[in-house]
Order: sequence, then C-alpha cells, then structure tokens
Amino acid sequence: MGRIFKSAALALALMGALSGVALAQKTEVRIGVALEPPILDPTAGAAEAIDIVVYQNIFEGLTSIDENGAVQPGLASEWTISDDNLTYTFKLHEGVTFHDGSAFDADDVKFTFDRILAADSVNAHKELYTDIESVTVVDPFTITFKLKKPVGLFLFNLGRGDAVIVALESADNNATTPIGTGPFAFVQWDKGNRVLLERYEPYWGELPALTKATYRFIGDTAAMTSALLAGDIDGTNNFAPDSLAVFEGNPQFKVLVGTTEGETILGTNNRKAPFDNLKVRQAMAHALDRKAIINGATYGYGTPIGAPFAPHNAYYVDLTNTYPYDPEAAKELLAEAGYPDGFSATLKLPPLGYARLSGQIIASQFAAVGIKLELINVEFAQWLQDVYTNHDFDLTIISHVEPFDIGNYANPDYYFGYDNPEFQALIKTLNETVDDAKRKELAIEAQTILAKDAVNGYLFELAQTGVWNAKLAGMWQNSPIEGLVLRGVHWVE
Amino acid sequence: MILFALRRFLGFAATLLLAAVVIFYLLDLLPGDPARFTLGITATPEAVANLRAQMGLDAPAHERLLSWIGGMLRGDFGMSYTQRAPVAALLWERLAVTLPLTVMAMIISVVIGLPLGIFSARARGKAPDTAIMVLAQLGVAVPNFWFGMMLTLVFAVGLRWLPPGGFTPWGEDPWLALRGLVLPSLALALPQASILARVMRTALVDVQGQDFIRTARAKGLTMGEAVWRHGVRNALLPVLTILGLQFAFLIAGTIIVENVFYLPGLGRLIFTAISERDLILVRGATIVLIVAVTATMFVVDLTYGLVDPRLRERGTP
Repeated sequence: MGRIFKSAALALALMGALSGVALAQKTEVRIGVALEPPILDPTAGAAEAIDIVVYQNIFEGLTSIDENGAVQPGLASEWTISDDNLTYTFKLHEGVTFHDGSAFDADDVKFTFDRILAADSVNAHKELYTDIESVTVVDPFTITFKLKKPVGLFLFNLGRGDAVIVALESADNNATTPIGTGPFAFVQWDKGNRVLLERYEPYWGELPALTKATYRFIGDTAAMTSALLAGDIDGTNNFAPDSLAVFEGNPQFKVLVGTTEGETILGTNNRKAPFDNLKVRQAMAHALDRKAIINGATYGYGTPIGAPFAPHNAYYVDLTNTYPYDPEAAKELLAEAGYPDGFSATLKLPPLGYARLSGQIIASQFAAVGIKLELINVEFAQWLQDVYTNHDFDLTIISHVEPFDIGNYANPDYYFGYDNPEFQALIKTLNETVDDAKRKELAIEAQTILAKDAVNGYLFELAQTGVWNAKLAGMWQNSPIEGLVLRGVHWVE
Repeated sequence: MILFALRRFLGFAATLLLAAVVIFYLLDLLPGDPARFTLGITATPEAVANLRAQMGLDAPAHERLLSWIGGMLRGDFGMSYTQRAPVAALLWERLAVTLPLTVMAMIISVVIGLPLGIFSARARGKAPDTAIMVLAQLGVAVPNFWFGMMLTLVFAVGLRWLPPGGFTPWGEDPWLALRGLVLPSLALALPQASILARVMRTALVDVQGQDFIRTARAKGLTMGEAVWRHGVRNALLPVLTILGLQFAFLIAGTIIVENVFYLPGLGRLIFTAISERDLILVRGATIVLIVAVTATMFVVDLTYGLVDPRLRERGTP
C-alpha cells in the first residue's frame, strides 16, 4: 500500500507544485501530529503527545530547555545556588498572568510542587522531585527550594513538562482545558480532530510571530502525506522516514533532519538465562550490524550508538567500537559460553515502524551466528504489561526517549534487570554532582561500563525528521526534550 | 402488526443486554493497563497505583459490570480512563461525524447501485451489462481505503477541489463540514454500490422469469413497464436485506476510512481507545454500534412486514 501510494504521490506532487500552494495566512500555522494526546496536562501524564502540544506553548516552567538541551531562564528570571548545592533561590518574573487572567506568583510555584509531591500525586515523574525537602515562599516573587542532597540535574528537571507551573484555581481542569502562563492560550479541542491555540496577547515575554496554531491529529502516514501535499497542514515535526523521499526533492517543502533523545535498544532480559551470561550478551553485540539495521529500519536516518546516551549530549562518548560487527567473534563467544549451536529466543516487538523493521533485520543477523529468534508482534498496551511491567520477555526493541535516562540502568527492578552495585554507586555520585567537568567524567565512565557489559544491544539514536512548508522558519531541528515549541516559528517570504 | 413489532423489540432488547455482558467480560481479558498507558513507561508504580484508584479500576469485575449497565440505563456511560471526560459526551461528538458519513454513503450507494443494477438486468447479456458487472466485481474486490487514497490524490492533492481529510465541526461551518465528508462517503459507498448493483440485477433477472411478470405482459404491458411496475417492487426484498446488512459493514468500514481521512468519528475513536486500553470507552462505543446495527435490523424487519404482508401474518399467532 505504501509503495503504490508513494509513486502516485510523487506524480501528483508535481501537479501540486504546478497549482501552487494556497497563499497561507502569514500568522497562522497548522501542524500535523501522528498521536493525539489523551489529556493536555503534562503533570498528569507522560505521553510525548501531550508535550508536543503544550510544552512551552501553553505551560512554562521555572526554567526552560532550549533547542540544544541547555537550561535557560523561564518563569524564574534568575537564581542563586548555595555553596553546598542544597538551596536554590529563584527570582520570579513580575507581571506574569495565567490565561484565565489570574496573576502568577510564588504561591503558584509552591502549589505546583506540593501537588507533585503529594501522596496521591499522579505525576509520572514524581521521583525526579522527591529530593526536594521544602519549598518556601520568601516574598511574592522569590522562592526557595531546599534539597535533601545535591541533584545534578535539578535545574534541567525544573524545565521539564512534568514541572510546569499550574494554578490552584485551574489545575484540576488542565486535563481538558489547560491554563498556563505561556505565549499561547488554549482555545478549543475537537477530540480526535484538532487542538486550537491562540496567541496570548498579555504574555509577559516577547510575543511570538504566530497568532494562531492548529494541531491536527493524523495517525496514518499516507493521510499525513496527502495532508501535506494538499496544503491542509503546514508541516509535521516527525514524519515516517520511509516516505520522506516524497518531500525531499519538492521545493515547496523542507525536510529538517535533527536528533532526538531516543536511544533505540535491543532490550535484553538480563535476569534470564542465557542472557545473564556476559559472553552471550557480548556475542549478541558482535552479531549486530548497526549500519544494516539503520539503513533498513530508518532508511538511513539514525545515528549508531554504542551506549545508551544521546550523541548530541556534551557528555557523549563514541563507544560503537566496543564490540564491532564480527559474526565470527560472536560464534566463538557463544561456543565459550556453552552454546556452540546457538540457542532460540523470542523477540517481542511493539507496533512502531522502526521496532518491527529492526526486528526482522536483527533476526537474520542473529540467525547467521546461530541464534534463532521468534518474532512476536504485540500492541503497545500489551508491551507495557508483558515486557515493561511483568518482565515476561527474552528480547525486545524500543526507543528510550527520555532525556538523560541512563539512571534507569541503576534500577535493578527495571525491565531489563541490570543489577550492578558498582554502576548504581556511580549513578548516585553522578546525580549528586553539580560540577560540570566532574559530571562529564562520571557520565563517560557510566557509558563505558554499560557498553562493556553489553547490557542491551545498542542500535541507534532516532532521528527527528520534520517536513515543513519551505516558507516556514524557526522550528526546532533537534528534539532535546519532548515538545514542539512554537515560540520562534514564523513565515518568511 | 403491533404484536409483531413488540416481539421484535423484545428480541432487540435481549440482544443488547447479552451483548453488553459479553463485551464487558471479553474486554476484561485483554492484557494492558490504561493507567500505565497514560502515565507512560517511565512513571513510578506509585503514580500508576494512584491513577488506577482514581479511575475506579480497583473494584472486582462484576461490581464494575453492574455499575456500568446501571449507569447506561440512566444515560451515564462512565468516565473515559485516558481522556478523563464523560464517555457519553465523547461518543455523541463522534456520532456527529460517523452518522452523517454512513447515511451519506448509504444514499450514494443506493443512488448509484440500484439504477445500475436495474439497467444491467434490462440489458442482460449485452455489452453494457457485462461492463457494469465487471466494474461491480472490481468495486467489490478493491478495499475502500484504496479508493479513499485514490480519491484524495485526485480530488484533494491534484485538483484541490475538496479537503484531503479532517473535519470542521458542524456548528462552525456546515458547508465545510459537508465538504469534508464527500470523499470519505464516496470511498465508503463505492464497494457498497457495487454489491447493491449485483444484488439488484440478480433479483430482477429472477423476477423477470416469474409468473406475475408473464401475466402482466399478457395484459399488454411492455417488458419495461412490467418490470418497473411489478418487478422492482418484488426484487426490493433481497435488496432490503442486503441494505440492512450493509449498514453494519458501512459502520465497520468507517474505522478504516476515518483513519485515511483523519475524521474524528466513532470508528477512529474505537481504534485509538483499543490501543490505549480505554476499556470503558471501547465498551460504550461498541454498545452504540450494536444498538445501531440491531436497530437497523429491527427496522428492516418491520419494513419487510410493510413490503410483504404475508410475512406480517406469519409473525402474528
């Protein structure tokens, strides 16, 4: 179905080019996104789809994360950190209002964090904030956070969607009618169809160029392609790589290829034989031909990785050569591990294009060294239940899209079940270290341990592949955090 | 006639109740947790447990079943797990798209299918008949998503006459809303029209050999007059049956077509609700579909009674 469509689409793209794009409203933008968020409250759900709509558009945090993943001031204009790295004092912007007209002050900040830390909290990332001992309102525009121990990523965590500032009066309704302090106010949500945003004129900061933004939910790749070609939408931040060819040669569009935080791994159940055997995991690592996997599964758009760390991160180190592609070495290691004839295992694949395609390629690469894989396709809800919650799996393929999530490996209860006290101690130190040079050193050490231990098969970093109207500018090329920030987007002639 | 209708209605109600119970338990067996789905793979177990409690997922199955059925009798379909909004409102919004879509598709398929079938039967064995039947065969074989994509490519991407998908709410601009439904209803209607044309043709060809046509011709009517006055009415019975069955197929077809045209309809709602394990939403939507299909059957049954009085008498003791 994809191929038939593509050739037809290519032919008609030409016709589309001749008829010319309808003159777009120069201050409105219509964006296609594949997944519709279930709710619009980023503090009560972790779906990436929520942040795509609301992050930095409707809601803002004390800090904000920029296109390069760096921490910038947000609702807090400046801050001071005590010498022991335990007390953060934030100066808040004055004159900020929520979209319902109510004023923003330190009480809202305190309310937000009390809500995150409450016993009945449904914040998906409460654990990132549990090291906060107390939040104290000094005056309406000054607030102090006291930590139980130093947290290296504290300022970054404050900039995440999970910690956006909400108001007591409106927080309960944010799931369906989000009210924040951001440059865009929520107007309407036609379920299954679209979300409408409008520029919030009393915005405290610099007003964005766009006055209106519409998010349209289009799950089907073919439908997204026609929507783009027909001018029904002006762009999408992440398009299926297999259909990018339709737009690459078309002067009406630009394809923005950037990086994401999505490390795609061959998740391995380290609790289970034979995967509890280091030699087996090393053999599997040698059997993986990343180049072939990337070409086949993402049409060449991924970046090979040798450890669970994003290549655009300042602390990244290239470890792809720890176990280079070498089927012979793999066979020898298998024999040494007591599996001269290989073994059989299952590979559970969630319904994501890259996972299903990688699965097939890896199965053939493993077969070449004697490992027979049975591919089992599962729905995402079932994947969460079987693999993630019940640890009932041998191998799986998934992309971990959280920023800086190497700490998962320090949790022995995590689904891949890696239990290494030395590594756990290292991550603890890393989390408590604030000094950047020291953090970098520790992060590199952590990556090296995981690469050597071949905890999982490290495949590639997912690329962000945006397709946009050629006259639209200011979109983020990279995606260091989940979100589609509209602030800088504008039309150019 | 009233007794006949009453008996049919009791059957209709019993079917619904049985369906509700079966749907409830079948969906309970599906693996997957809506709370985990909403909060994502990295959420803490504590947060997931809190959300489960908020969603009322802690209660035993039979308690949830009883409160669900009891609620529906009062018009309360419960709260969606993932969207945190009342299910009834969500369904109502979606019906505003799916119902007009299905009705439009139904009308288009009748308007195209029946005349073609009649024409084909009249020209039996000649070139136009063959051509129509080959086309109809093609129409049955080709899936409606393919039709949908071709229609989009030609009329939306190429000619830009109609939107490639999406939907403007009726309240905002009824004309735009209607325009948005043209291509999807065509995509839905074409395979149905093909089936109708074939059924109509066969029924008419059968009827043409019947005694009453011969009688009519003996009275001096031309073949055309005889078929038009007596044949079509008699051939309508099998067509009516197919039409009733088709309604069910049309509704199932909307799941695919609504995805191709990104329409916010019931089909697409069910599709996402299943993948998100929003079981209460899936259940509510399924019930609505079952009501629609069984109600159609109920109406078809009643129409039988009207079209053919013999059936009505048989149905009454």
